[in-house]
Amino acid sequence: MGQNNKRETGTTLVKRGLAEMLKGGVIMDVVNPDHAKIAEDAGAAAVMALERVPSDIRRDGGVSRMSDPEMIQGIQAAVSIPVMAKARIGHFAEAQMLEAVGVDYIDESEVLTPADEAHHIDKWAFAVPFVCGATNLGEALRRISEGAAMIRSKGEAGTGNVVEAVRHLRSIVGDIGKITQADSAELFDWAKQLQAPLPLVQEIADTGQLPVPMFCAGGIATPADASLVMQLGAQAVFVGSGIFKSSSPAKMASAIVEAATHYQDPAILVKVSAGLGGAMAGLEISGLDTKLAERGW
Amino acid sequence: MLALQGAFAAHEAILRTLGCETRQVRNTRHLVEVDALVVPGGESTTMSNLLARSEMLTMLHAKALGGLPIFGTCAGLILMASEICDGRDDQHALGVLDMAVSRNGYGRQIDSFETDIEVRGLDAPFHAVFIRSPVVTRVGPDVEVLAEVDGNPVLCRKGPVTVTAFHPELSGDDRLHRRWLSQTGILRHSSAQDGRGLGRSRAGAQTE
Repeated sequence: MGQNNKRETGTTLVKRGLAEMLKGGVIMDVVNPDHAKIAEDAGAAAVMALERVPSDIRRDGGVSRMSDPEMIQGIQAAVSIPVMAKARIGHFAEAQMLEAVGVDYIDESEVLTPADEAHHIDKWAFAVPFVCGATNLGEALRRISEGAAMIRSKGEAGTGNVVEAVRHLRSIVGDIGKITQADSAELFDWAKQLQAPLPLVQEIADTGQLPVPMFCAGGIATPADASLVMQLGAQAVFVGSGIFKSSSPAKMASAIVEAATHYQDPAILVKVSAGLGGAMAGLEISGLDTKLAERGW
Repeated sequence: MLALQGAFAAHEAILRTLGCETRQVRNTRHLVEVDALVVPGGESTTMSNLLARSEMLTMLHAKALGGLPIFGTCAGLILMASEICDGRDDQHALGVLDMAVSRNGYGRQIDSFETDIEVRGLDAPFHAVFIRSPVVTRVGPDVEVLAEVDGNPVLCRKGPVTVTAFHPELSGDDRLHRRWLSQTGILRHSSAQDGRGLGRSRAGAQTE
C-alpha cells in the first residue's frame, strides 16, 4: 500500500479534532505531578498545568505569568492524558515556548496578567491548538477568527461561584439561537453588533453552533455546577480551583467526571455528590477587586 | 454510541445521515437495547475509568465477544485491543481483537496529522485524521489489516468488529461507516463503494 502520501500537521481539522475528543470530559487545573496523577486517576480528559490555581492567584496578587517549563515537563512525564498550559493574553513569546515544550493545547488566558492591551496572539501562526475564553458571542468569534480551535466561556475564575459562567454561556448560546432565526439581511447587522467577521456569523446561521467546540470554565465547584453548565450547552468543563481547594480533591475530581458524563441523570448526580465533604469556599462576585473576565477584548 | 466521553456527537451525525436510529449509551440499561455500538475517540483512560464505574465493562466485554457489531475509533481501538503496551495499570483492554497497541504512539498533539491512505476495497483514498493516535504494534493472524501507515495497521477488522487508529468521523467521508453498517447487516442495500462524502450518502439513506 502506498505510504508516500503527504502528512499535514497543525491543520485546523487536527486542532479542532483534539477539542472534539475532549467533549464530555473534565479538564482539571493541576500545580504539580501528584495533582496530575490524582486528576488522571479520577478520569480527567486533560490537565491544565499551572503554578498557582486561580483562587491563589487572586489571593496573592502580583503579575501572573506562564509556568516554569520544568514544572510543565514534570507533569507531562507524570500522565498520559493531554497536558495544556496557559500563556498570557498577547504574549506570543510565551506561546512559542509552550509550543516548544510540546504542550497539547495552549490556553491564552485571562487568569494570567495580560501582556498586550490591544492584541491577542495570532494563533494561526502556531501548529499547537489554542483555547480562548469568551464572555459573549462576539468575543468568541473574534478569538476564532484569530485561530482559536476551542472556546471556553470565561466565568469568573477562582471564585467557586458559577453565576458568571452561567451568564456567559447563556449570552453565547442565546445569541446563537437568535442568529439562526435571523434572515440573511439581518446577519450583516449581527456581524456589526458583535464586532465579528461576517462569514463566521453566516456559518452560525447555517449550523446553529460555533465552528469550534465550546466548553465552560470559571467558578465550577461541584458536580451540580458541572451538570448545570452542560445542560446549558457546554460540551465539556474546565475545573480550576474547585478540585484542589475542596476538602477531598480525589473524591471531588471523580464526582465531577461522573457529573460531566451523566449530567442529565439526577439520580447519579445525587449518588456522586453524597458525602463529598466541603466544596471550595466561594466568593461573591460583587466583592471582587479584580474581575478576570474583563481581561481580553 | 458509547457516550461516556469523547467524539460521540460526530459519529452520531454521520450515522443519522445514513438513516440509522441512534442512541447515546451511558449505562447498562442503554447497552442492552442496542443492535450495534460505536466506541468513539476520546481519552481512553477516561472511558475505561467510566466504564468500570458504570458496571458496563463486564456487559460490554460479554457482548463484544458474543458478536455485537462494534466500530471502534482511536480510543475505541485501544479498548478493543488485547494488549496496551504503555497504558496505565488499571486501564482496561477488552481483548476483542488480538492486537497490541502503543497509546499516543505517534506522539503529542503537535505530531497529530492528516493524510490520504489507501484502504483495501475502496477505489479512492480515504482522508484520515490522526489525533494523538495509538500505534498498532502487533496483530494476530485472525485480524484482517485493511490499511497501514508506515507499515503499522491503522484499519483492522475481525467479523463484525472494525477498528481504526484514525478518526473517520472527522473528515466528512462516510464510506467506512457505510461499509461497517452494510457488512454487519444493519444497513442493507448499501455499498461503501457507491459514493463519497455525506452529500450523496444522505440521498442514499432516504431510499433505505
